[in-house]
Amino acid sequence: MDLDPEGIFRDDSDEDEDNVQEREANKEMVVYLVDASPKMFTPATTQDNEKQDTHFHTIVSCITESLKTQIIGRSYDEVAICFLNTKEKKNLQDSAGVYVYNVGDREELDRPTAKLIKDFSSIEDSFMSTIGSRYGITSGSRENTLYNALWVAQALLRKGSVKTVSKRILIFTNEDDPFGTITGAVKTDMIRTTVQRAKDAQDLGLSIELLPLSRPDEQFDMSLFYADLIGLDGDEITEYLPSAGVRLEDMTNQLRKRIMKKRRVKTLSFAITNDVCIEVNTYALVRPTTPGTITWLDSLSNLPLKAERSFICNDTGALLQDAQTRFQMYNDTIVKFSVHELSEVKRVASHHLRLLGFKPLDCLKDYHNLRPSTFIYPSDQRIFGSTCVFVALHSSMLRLGRFALAFYGNPTRPQLVALVAQEEVTSSGGQFEPPGMHMIYLPYSDDIRYPEEVHVTYDDAPRATDEQIKKASNLFKRIDLKNFSACQFANPALQRHYGILEALALGEDEMPDIKDETLPDEEGLSRPGVVKAIEEFKTSVYGENYDQEEAEAAAGKASRGDASKKRKEITDAAAQISAAYDWAELADNGKLKQMTAAELKSYLTAHDLPVSGKKEVLVSRILTHLGK
Amino acid sequence: MARNREVVILLLDVGPSMHGVLQEVKNICLTLVHKKLVYNRSDEVGIVLFGTKGTCNELAKELGGYKHVTVTRDIKVVDEGTAQALQNLPLGSAPVLDSIVVGLDMVMRKFGNTKGKRRLCLITGAQDLLRDPPEGTKEEQVDTIADMLKKHSIKLECIIFREPGVHHNAVMEENDRLLYQFRNRSVAKVVQVDSPTSLLGALKTRNVLPVTVFRGDLEVSSNFKIKVWVYKKTAEEKFPTLKKYSDMAPPSDKFASHEVKVDYEYKSVVEPDKVVPPDQRIKGYLYGPQVVPVSTAEWEAVKFKPEKGVKLLGFTDRSNVPRHHFMKDVCLFIPEPGNIKAALAVSAIARAMHQMNKVAIVRCVWRQGQGNVALGVLTPNISSVNNVQDSFYFNVLPFAEDIREFQFRSFSSLPSSSQPTEEQQEAADNLVKMLDLAPPGREVLKPEFTPNPMLERFYSYLDLKSKQPDANVPPLERSLRRITEPDPDVIGQQTQLIQNLGKAFELKENPKKKKARTQDILAYAGAGDQAKSVEEPSVEKDRLLENTHPPTENVGAIRDSNPVQDFEAMLAKRSSSTWVQKAIEDMQNYTAALLQKSRDGSNYQKALECFAALRKACIIEQEPQEFNEFLTKIYERLKEGDAAKFFQLLSSKNISLISKEEAPDSDVTEDMAKSFFLKREKASQ
Repeated sequence: MDLDPEGIFRDDSDEDEDNVQEREANKEMVVYLVDASPKMFTPATTQDNEKQDTHFHTIVSCITESLKTQIIGRSYDEVAICFLNTKEKKNLQDSAGVYVYNVGDREELDRPTAKLIKDFSSIEDSFMSTIGSRYGITSGSRENTLYNALWVAQALLRKGSVKTVSKRILIFTNEDDPFGTITGAVKTDMIRTTVQRAKDAQDLGLSIELLPLSRPDEQFDMSLFYADLIGLDGDEITEYLPSAGVRLEDMTNQLRKRIMKKRRVKTLSFAITNDVCIEVNTYALVRPTTPGTITWLDSLSNLPLKAERSFICNDTGALLQDAQTRFQMYNDTIVKFSVHELSEVKRVASHHLRLLGFKPLDCLKDYHNLRPSTFIYPSDQRIFGSTCVFVALHSSMLRLGRFALAFYGNPTRPQLVALVAQEEVTSSGGQFEPPGMHMIYLPYSDDIRYPEEVHVTYDDAPRATDEQIKKASNLFKRIDLKNFSACQFANPALQRHYGILEALALGEDEMPDIKDETLPDEEGLSRPGVVKAIEEFKTSVYGENYDQEEAEAAAGKASRGDASKKRKEITDAAAQISAAYDWAELADNGKLKQMTAAELKSYLTAHDLPVSGKKEVLVSRILTHLGK
Repeated sequence: MARNREVVILLLDVGPSMHGVLQEVKNICLTLVHKKLVYNRSDEVGIVLFGTKGTCNELAKELGGYKHVTVTRDIKVVDEGTAQALQNLPLGSAPVLDSIVVGLDMVMRKFGNTKGKRRLCLITGAQDLLRDPPEGTKEEQVDTIADMLKKHSIKLECIIFREPGVHHNAVMEENDRLLYQFRNRSVAKVVQVDSPTSLLGALKTRNVLPVTVFRGDLEVSSNFKIKVWVYKKTAEEKFPTLKKYSDMAPPSDKFASHEVKVDYEYKSVVEPDKVVPPDQRIKGYLYGPQVVPVSTAEWEAVKFKPEKGVKLLGFTDRSNVPRHHFMKDVCLFIPEPGNIKAALAVSAIARAMHQMNKVAIVRCVWRQGQGNVALGVLTPNISSVNNVQDSFYFNVLPFAEDIREFQFRSFSSLPSSSQPTEEQQEAADNLVKMLDLAPPGREVLKPEFTPNPMLERFYSYLDLKSKQPDANVPPLERSLRRITEPDPDVIGQQTQLIQNLGKAFELKENPKKKKARTQDILAYAGAGDQAKSVEEPSVEKDRLLENTHPPTENVGAIRDSNPVQDFEAMLAKRSSSTWVQKAIEDMQNYTAALLQKSRDGSNYQKALECFAALRKACIIEQEPQEFNEFLTKIYERLKEGDAAKFFQLLSSKNISLISKEEAPDSDVTEDMAKSFFLKREKASQ
């Protein structure tokens, strides 16, 4: 297959296709468009007739939760909240029935702040008095509040380029037929202009989504109006409703998680042979998340502090520039290095990544690990044809069950790495594992220790019998985590951290209670089948009366263990020696200082005192004990 | 005796089977000594050579026998002399056991029955016949020695070196059997290596006291607990942190520490002159655009405080835990020493895991008061040695927050230009099959036996610098280069294959990206390469170069007719930094010769062009040092003679040193470059 090195036949659309993945928007702007018509404030009833929240309440708490997640996860994304069908109006266009909600000195479309979340969460208390609710589209008036709202939302989303920002309008409503109260030409005209408005917005790159709320007694009917508005047809309509429900739930129950933008860490050259050298990008797919950066503040004024570093000569106390010379004590002398020489020492390889050869996958042991792995994916940015070579190698390695051993000449820590090919895994929810290679950092001989050989037995080490192994296998079947995945556990420390931060920022009194998902499932473990399997295994290894034996042994240890026996002997001996002296008298005459340390210690041992320290310390300890 | 002070006796075989690798034996022992000089100044080292022509040891003097065993250094605290004793290893031929006895005897003479950490390190080819002991069999002799070692709690480390493909004869098998008998008697560790590189990694050169991470229960359920100890299995040996050096102390001050203290002061943004004392500082965390202050005490009261303990969550299929999710260095769970029941329980679970391909998921809090939990996976470590217990490896797994779900384009949806053809796929398949590092029965570059080339180089450079303070960084040793680059022998055997791969795929640099930058980004062309290309034996180099550069139009040298063009042609073959290096070097030589030959300024114009071309190339290639050194050198040499006029010419054309502004690697400022010729003139007058 020939490439097109000159790029003559590449037109712009080709390029777009190539870079489709690189061009992901790195920021999101959302306008929440909340219907505030009186219908939203009627309590939704269920069969049980229990106390029910209004749809408005549901939406306010949903948006609040979503904002709380966003402020931790994607705090640079911008958001605006806008009500429609309100009594009051507040918007730049001065359109009726539309109220853009805002707090403080925040812009209308801006990053969420703690104050916004706090005030918005309690908006229901004051909503009726300050903003008010009424039906906007009525047969009498010529107003079209939905049209106005879309217009306002579009105006809010004017800033930022669609290339780098993804812009969304989210409509929350329980009214499936907003123009139901009017009839005739007016109605068709309003529908037409509103749909046209939405279409114009979509043409500008804004996406419009609907989160419909339906009451139990009447299903939200998409086909009445909204299917046209957001541009759905056929099967999409029937699928839309359930998926919207899921999304609403997702918004409330999202994990507080810092979302990282997809960004390559580095571009590396990967030399496969001397003359085949390709280009790959590295990405960090798995990295421990930290609670975030700490800013030091002045506790009196709460103003941020600036750290200033200064270098001081230890011998003269003179202030220095950052020294360019380093030294190492070697054989009790100072050996000096320049910074340049040190970086030269660390530069042991001429390439970023140099292929050394291939090994079967079972040569990669479980203990060959030091750091989180790095993901590599090919790139044709600088060297055309890199992807092709990479794809070919990738499929060979997968098929032959081998990993590549390469030398990674990173100047801070040059290291051997294993490149393990990863097949693409997709599920209905999207890509589960992307295709590419995982770079696993291998230890050197100096990094591997042999703790298992520290306590070698002089005879053969105990090995389990087949019977015991069988009992253990039974245990596995009982306590089996079938669909285990690392993604299912949230870090309890981190979640607690976020929770505390939220509570402090929003001035909540109660500290949140975060569930620790990493604790074992006590309930599951106490199921009779599990308990029985554990018991059986325990009996086969430890014997019938283990618990009892253990308890006895523990009791025995406490009373007459070997160590305690020995200790007692020593104390007795010391007491004998110590009894030979009249300590009070010696102390009074100040003669303690003339005694040997060993004699002093005999007193201390006899009285169960510590025997550490210099002689003066021993003397003073005795004096204290004697109460002098 | 200081805790953890170690006594090591190196028993080195200098017999014929080891002649090929004596350099590596020396290097690894030197690294051991160098590290001790840095980290463990009070450790003691003795050196015994066996297989020497002469004989020199106490036992031979007193009892006779023990021939061909030479004590080159008694057990002494490490110092320069220790390294010196390793410098010249003689070549010789001859018996393993004798040397162990001599080493043992040295320890006993020196320390009697006192306790301490002692280690005998035996490096041998184990190919020479052992003489029969005066009484009993060899096996009995081994047992006696083993008992003695055990009694004095001396550890023996045997490293057997065998080149691959060496035919095993009866003598070697017997020797191996005897050495492994030491292991079975639990006094020795025996490893076998087959390449000089792995020999360098076979000896533990730094002594780390194993410390437990955790001692306590592995809780399967509330009423079934297994007593375990947890150690680190891997831990990165870091590059030593060098201290900053201050030259402020007067030279007369013999006790000056020369250290630099780093001081941090926190100042308010509003009042930059006021220093805020530490107790008035408070931590703030970002919450959206706002910073939330949280005092340490407040934080302490509410933060997550899990209970110490290791709890089992359950078992799962190994395939549910992907290998690339392992997050950190690895720990090892061993049953509590001496607890047979615990050992049995661990053994049973480990073996069952192994049979059923299962792993255990555990939640660990190593210490009380630790601020977080670790979620991890236990995988079985089935011991292949009789007297070593079964254990588990423990790897930390990521939490949900730690996984980033980036989407990548599926390979199947790539444009057809990026899909390999059948022919290309076959070339790749062949490469993967043929560049095999683990042929049956052998594995090259095992992490267990691969030393860290950077650290090896640092310690030898440290030693060199202590003797010659202005020494340059030495190039990487041959056997260490086997770690950073493919083995030229293997490459040599597979030339055909590699050429096929090169032919099958066409790679082209993107013309839109700047060329010089690409070169810069895609390879570290550095001093290492230069030294390497100089040092590499010429045959090997030629073969390598041939592979790299199929002979093209013969522009391998700078010719008199058109030097600048030739030079540029050489540079254009920029596929490897060695060519750039060669081009620059040749150009320098050519220009120097031109000037020296020149009479009455006949060649000045040509030389000027060469200088200009060389300077330009050195800026583009980011090699300002090359040019600056060359200019300084040639100026110093020729400024007195006729050539002085030439330098005026250079000066008038602004051809001076390359300054920092032009190439960041330069350490010459613009002013220095401007005044270069002026200052030199003044100085010479």
